[in-house]
Amino acid sequence: MHAAVIVFPGSNCDRDLAVAFERAGAKVSMVWHKDTALPDGVDIIGVPGGFSFGDYLRCGAIAANSPICRSVVAHAEKGGYVLGICNGFQVLTETGLLPGVLLRNANLKYICKPVDLRIDTADSPFTAGYDAGQIITVPIAHHDGNYYADPETLKRLHGDARVAFTYVDNPNGSADDIAGVLSSNRRVLGMMPHPERMAEPLHGGTQGAPMFDSLVAQLANA
Amino acid sequence: MKARVHVMLKSGVLDPQGEAVRHALGQLGFDGVEGVRQGKVIELDLAETDADTARATVTEMCEKLLANTVIESYSVEIA
Repeated sequence: MHAAVIVFPGSNCDRDLAVAFERAGAKVSMVWHKDTALPDGVDIIGVPGGFSFGDYLRCGAIAANSPICRSVVAHAEKGGYVLGICNGFQVLTETGLLPGVLLRNANLKYICKPVDLRIDTADSPFTAGYDAGQIITVPIAHHDGNYYADPETLKRLHGDARVAFTYVDNPNGSADDIAGVLSSNRRVLGMMPHPERMAEPLHGGTQGAPMFDSLVAQLANA
Repeated sequence: MKARVHVMLKSGVLDPQGEAVRHALGQLGFDGVEGVRQGKVIELDLAETDADTARATVTEMCEKLLANTVIESYSVEIA
């Protein structure tokens, strides 16, 4: 299984994400934002956390219009897999691959702490290593993680079981406690919490690791 | 010519920064501020000399980058 991790100026979780994929057995290529093409044979693209382009204009907006993001969108539109974490989730909403947007946290504070997440669906290659209803503890670290979508979109997300994760104790004001959402074909996931920072014992826990193990297992057999 | 773009959160979208400003104004003794909405002003210097063409181009810029129309509305002034 071959994963590509996009690196923007200001990305700061790109190495963490690469290490999490590697630990699960994936081959990883780092791809610079000015590149226009992805390496051949990429199964999944990781869009990492950080502050791409200094979060200028809106979080993720400049990154979403960078040359490589056209290739990310094309990859997704062909049915390819994409995982966006934190700033990566913001980038994916700005590209239109995922619905909604991440607003400033309701309490206006940057929040950096472990949170409990409920797995709302195990029906995706990202969450197949968990049980629906299972609670895991994973860190968040963001200033703009307050998920917003209009009521019709929220209804559609719930109806199609596209809410992948919800916060047990909503830290940021997100609509319906939403922490992560899937695309309609369930191959694009955006989430604010950081499973890659809870993927080996030295992190203080491994509850994020099943996501990467499950992706590598499923995509290797695809 | 110059263009000025105003970007505002749509009315149904909670604006926590505007709320914080409203709260701070109240603490300063400015009573009766019933709402504050915070937005952005973006000024552009354009080589274009035709106002209608400039307006159309800047509108396209708003749709593609300057505003996120999921949550924001925008207006364009050409001068």
